[in-house]
Parts: sequence; C-alpha cells; structure tokens
Amino acid sequence: MRIALFATCLADTMFPAAAKATVRLLERLGHEVVFPEAQTCCGQMHINTGYQKEALPLVRRYVRTFEPYDVIVAPSGSCTGSIRHQHKMVANAAGDSGLAAGAEQVATRTYELSELLIDVLKVEDVGAYYPHRVTYHPTCHSLRMLRVGDRPLRLLRHVRGLDLVELPAAEQCCGFGGTFAVKNADTSTAMLADKMRHVLDTGADVCTAGDTSCLMHIGGGLSRLRTGVKTVHLAEILASTEAATV
Amino acid sequence: MSTFLGMPVAHAPRGVGHLRGDEPFPAAARTALANPQLRRNLQHATTTIRGKSGRVIAELPDWQELRAAGSALKAYTMANLPRLLEQLEEKVTAAGGVVHWAADAAEANRIVTGLVRATGEQRVIKIKSMATQEIGLNEALEDAGITPVETDLAELIVQLGDDKPSHILVPAIHRNRSEIREIFLRAMPGVDPALTDDPPALAAAARRYLRETFLTTKVAVSGANFGIAETGTLTVVESEGNGRMCLTLPDTLITVMGIEKVVPTWQDLEVFLQLLPRASTGERMNPYTSMWHGVTPGDGPQNFHLVLLDNGRSAVLADEVGRQALHCIRCSACLNVCPVYERTGGHAYGSVYPGPIGAVLSPQLTGVEDNASLPYASSLCGACFDACPVKIDIPSILVHLRNQVPHPAGEKAVMAAAAYTMDRPRLYARAQRAAKFAKLVGKRGRGLPPPLNGWSAARDLPTPPAETFRDWWRGR
Repeated sequence: MRIALFATCLADTMFPAAAKATVRLLERLGHEVVFPEAQTCCGQMHINTGYQKEALPLVRRYVRTFEPYDVIVAPSGSCTGSIRHQHKMVANAAGDSGLAAGAEQVATRTYELSELLIDVLKVEDVGAYYPHRVTYHPTCHSLRMLRVGDRPLRLLRHVRGLDLVELPAAEQCCGFGGTFAVKNADTSTAMLADKMRHVLDTGADVCTAGDTSCLMHIGGGLSRLRTGVKTVHLAEILASTEAATV
Repeated sequence: MSTFLGMPVAHAPRGVGHLRGDEPFPAAARTALANPQLRRNLQHATTTIRGKSGRVIAELPDWQELRAAGSALKAYTMANLPRLLEQLEEKVTAAGGVVHWAADAAEANRIVTGLVRATGEQRVIKIKSMATQEIGLNEALEDAGITPVETDLAELIVQLGDDKPSHILVPAIHRNRSEIREIFLRAMPGVDPALTDDPPALAAAARRYLRETFLTTKVAVSGANFGIAETGTLTVVESEGNGRMCLTLPDTLITVMGIEKVVPTWQDLEVFLQLLPRASTGERMNPYTSMWHGVTPGDGPQNFHLVLLDNGRSAVLADEVGRQALHCIRCSACLNVCPVYERTGGHAYGSVYPGPIGAVLSPQLTGVEDNASLPYASSLCGACFDACPVKIDIPSILVHLRNQVPHPAGEKAVMAAAAYTMDRPRLYARAQRAAKFAKLVGKRGRGLPPPLNGWSAARDLPTPPAETFRDWWRGR
C-alpha cells in the first residue's frame, strides 16, 4: 500500500526518530511510504491557543498537500485528532465550505499509527523485538478524541522481549496540553509530578506513547529529575528488530 | 437563532455576585497547589466520587442513550426558551405563585430582599443553591438587615467559616473534620464547647442548631433544579432533608431559578432524574426529591414567589457554540474527573462555578474580558466531555472562547510569525535547522526566558537532533 506520512512539525523538527521509525516500520511491512514535502504543521497549537484565524492557512495547506493520497498516517494522536475534529470547524468558521468539505474528506483518510496498523493494515504482530520493561501512557487525544482504545497495547503485547507493565491512573492527563504547560506551568507541573510518580511506580525503563508532545513533557520531567527512565515513541518500539534496536 | 430574552443582551454586571475572582487562574492556582491539606482532601474526595459514580453508571445499559436524550431535551429547551418560560410563568401564576423576572443579579437581589422585607421577618433559611451564590444574595440580605441561614451542612460550614464554596456539589470539599470542628466552636450559636471532631458528633451539632432554626423561621429561599413548563412544578433534589424542611415549614417560599433550568414536560424528569444522581453523587436515586406546584391552601408555604434570573444567560444563549454551557444540570461530574480541578480546587477559578463547566460558563456570563484566564485553565484532556451526563462538549467551548479572549501582544506576534513560517515550507525548513541553536538559551539545567520559564522550571528541553526528519528524508 502507498502511504503518505504526515510527520508532524514536532517530530519533524525535534523528534525525527519517531518519524523515521514510522517509515522503517511501514517499509518493513512491505508498504511504500511517501513524504509530501509541502507539509508543515496541522495548526493544532494555533487552534487550541485561540488563534483559529491564523491556523486557517495551515489547515488549507494540510488539505491541499494530502488530498491526492488515499491513506495518510501521523505518528501522533493529538495531531490526528485535530485534523479529524478541528479542521472542518476552522474552515467553517472562516466561511469556506469548500475547504470544510475537503478537510472532512482528507480527515477520514488520516490515521494515527496504531489505527493504521490494526484497522487498515490488519496487523497486530509487526515482528518487533524490544527487550525492555515498558509502560504505556495512552495520551488524552488518542484515548478520548480518537478512541484508539487498546490498539497500541495489542501491538505492544506482540513485541518480543518486551515486558509490558500497566501504568496506574493511565487515563489521567500528563499535564502537557500544548500552551497549557506554559500558561499554567504550576498546575501542569503538579499533574506531571503525579504522572511521573505512576511511571516510576511501575519500575519500567521506558515510558511509551503515541505522541511526541506528551512524551516531550513526561520525558522532560523524568530527565530533569534524573530518574533514568526514558521516553520512547511507540513507532520506535514497533520499528525495533533483533537486527536493529533503538 | 435570534434571542430576545432580557433584551438588551447584557452580561452579568460587575460589583455584585460571585462570578469573578480577585486574581487570574494561574496565580490563584499557584497558591492552592501549595496547600497540602487541600491537595489531599481533593485527591481523596474526587477519587472516591469518581469510583462511586463510575460503578452506578456501569449498571445502566442505556447510559449513552440517556445522555443523548438529556442533551436533546436541553437543546430543544434552549431553542424554545422564550415560549417555555412564558408557559412556566402562566402555570405558576395559575397555581397561586407570583413570578418575577430579574435581568441581572442586582435586580434579583432587590426583588428577594423586598419580598423578605414585606413579610417583616429578620431571618430566612436557605436551601443550597448555585443561583443565589452566583448573585451574592446572602450579602444583599445582610446589607438589608436580614440574616440568611444556610441549611445544607456543607454550605453551613462555608457560611459559618466566612468562606467561599469550592465545589458545586460539595462546597466544603476543601475542609477536613478538625477544621469543621473549629468553625462550629467559633461560629455556631449555642454549640457544645465539648464538641469533638467525630463526624457523627459534628452532624448532630449541626442538626440541633438547624432544627431549632427550621422551626422558628417563617421565610425560606431556594434554588431550583428543574422548573416544568407544562405544569408549573418546581423541583429541588438534595441529600440531607434540609431542603424538604425549607420547602414545607415556612409561610413564605422564594425560589430563585436561572432561566435555563426550565424543562418542557413532566416526563422529561424521567431522563434527568436518572442522569443527575448517578453522575453527581454516584447514587442510583436521589435521596430527597421535592416537587411543588404553586400554593396548596392549608399545606406548606402560603406565599410562593418564583424569581427567574437572566444575569448573562441570554448573552450565552446568543453564542451558537457557547450556549451548550446552559445545558448544565450542575451535577459536578466534570469537576470530579478534571485533573486541573483535582489539584487546584474550586477557589482558584474565582467564580462560584469552578472546574471545567465554570471555565466555560463564568467567562460567558461575565463577558470573556472579565474572566480571560479561565478558558485556558484546562489541558483540553477531554475527561469532562466524557463524564458530562448531558454531553456538553466543554473542550470545544474552551477552544471557542480562547478565540474571543484578548491575547497578549507578544504572544500574538509569535503566533502570527509561527503561522507565517509554517505556511512557507522553505522558510520553515530553515527555521527548523535554526532550532538547533535554541539549546544556547535552553541548555539543560538552564532556564528559558519568560514566558517560557514555567516549562524549564521543572522540565528539561529535548536535545535538538543532528538533522530534521525532512533533511534525513532528502538524504535517503
């Protein structure tokens, strides 16, 4: 299958390992990955901070860039959530019904990674090998906007060598929330402290999730406290094999 | 849809009532976060209610259908509000009640104070009511020389402690039993000085004091959970029985009801009385559900007044996205699941309506300028939307309101520059490469400049990669 990758601006710029892993994984499964270079950002940060008007060109760019593709994947639950639930709204608010229709169409073909693997590619065992004790943070937008449910866990359970440990209070937000972590840094930190406590309680070496943004937040805290626990994107775990581990 | 209620459409006025805080949310939250007692109480209470509510909701196979029905009924009500309110007025009047229309908090306070004065009484008993907290009725009564006595146990604790409610359902959630004992010893008339902090002893002390008050007070003030347009029936749901006392013992009953609390028909309660207790207290059925219909000669209050309160609600109704906030049935499920509320408590929100629903309701009632920080008091995690028994899409309203808030000039410039860059892939690629140099300001252990310093105070920044994904892709 030919799959267009929406890398997301954060993975593209700061966490290329997650996007590279998505490419390696899909190619290993026998698919063709393309990266339309006109892509930049889905506009979520602007939309969620109250700059819907400024986000309009970004929505237009996303729709135009990905319109030609039948299947689009993003290694991010929250960007996929924004594309699916907000792009049409932004277009409608601007009175652009043509863009709204296009946005709705492209959104139905845009999948978060675990959705693509399980719902479209019908694979649960991706043949990965990752010999670590891992806990999974479900991330709010994957959980409550996309309803990915246990798809990521089903994928992780098939990874050889991986010891999956359940994260207590997993469904609670890590406190990132985009600009929330800056505008309400104290409250965000209090939420992060509890998330880190739960991660540490599992005894895991690695905390994984389907979103580089939440991982940047949790990882930033774990690193600051020198906990020795790493954050690794789900794609990187699934891309790992005995021949090439991350 | 056009709205004509309370014309001209106005926000809740300044200087009266409790919809505005003294400081913005981030500053108030900072204080609250440093209070270990508050943090422990909230964590314990919200976790307990979440568990209890989750268990009884899981018993209902048709919970999602009930939510959809509740949501549809509320949408219908909002679309027909003028007609339904006039129908309610007609039915209440026909049943012997008197209906008053209050455009705002000041007018509502004037009406209620005037009605109490006309009875010649110096004291009123009150049923826990968000509407009267919203308009600051207790202060208005006190200014008029009338003593209001809260009869809900938690509201009594708040009142005697000269405090503010911090939760819609459990207003004294921030207090523990030793604090309650101290408040009672200090402020409860006729209290036994040997009072312990044993919960049954505290409840008994309140009961003794309240029982005497119930039997000697001739005027009661209540709110209303529902007002049925079809029949003119008013409804109050509560757990302690104090409401039943207030609604039956006095000679005069004055009910202050927000205009959005009207429901079309008697049968609609079939939906709401299933949704409300399970979502709010985690009970299958509400312990005390009182319904009354005008005046019944020789039985219960012989004078009944209904004050219909706008206080900014028409302005909310005029906003196509924001009007959903008026669907709220005040169950507080969104507070109990909110990770922000669980850590900051209700006082940080400034308004009597805290938590996620407060963050969308208060700014709309007052106008966003007066509560500009509240739409940002959420990580948009979406737990509130899932928990809401009438499916209010709180995250979408928050995002909507953020567009109306006046933005700081610096932020505006940065966001505009970011959007400009992100709409130009070549410029964007150059900016991405420049991100590498960001480590000069954000090196591990060093702080970022304001307003980003909140991030670096507790979190390391990621190390920028040697090459972006884009560059890697090109080089493949």
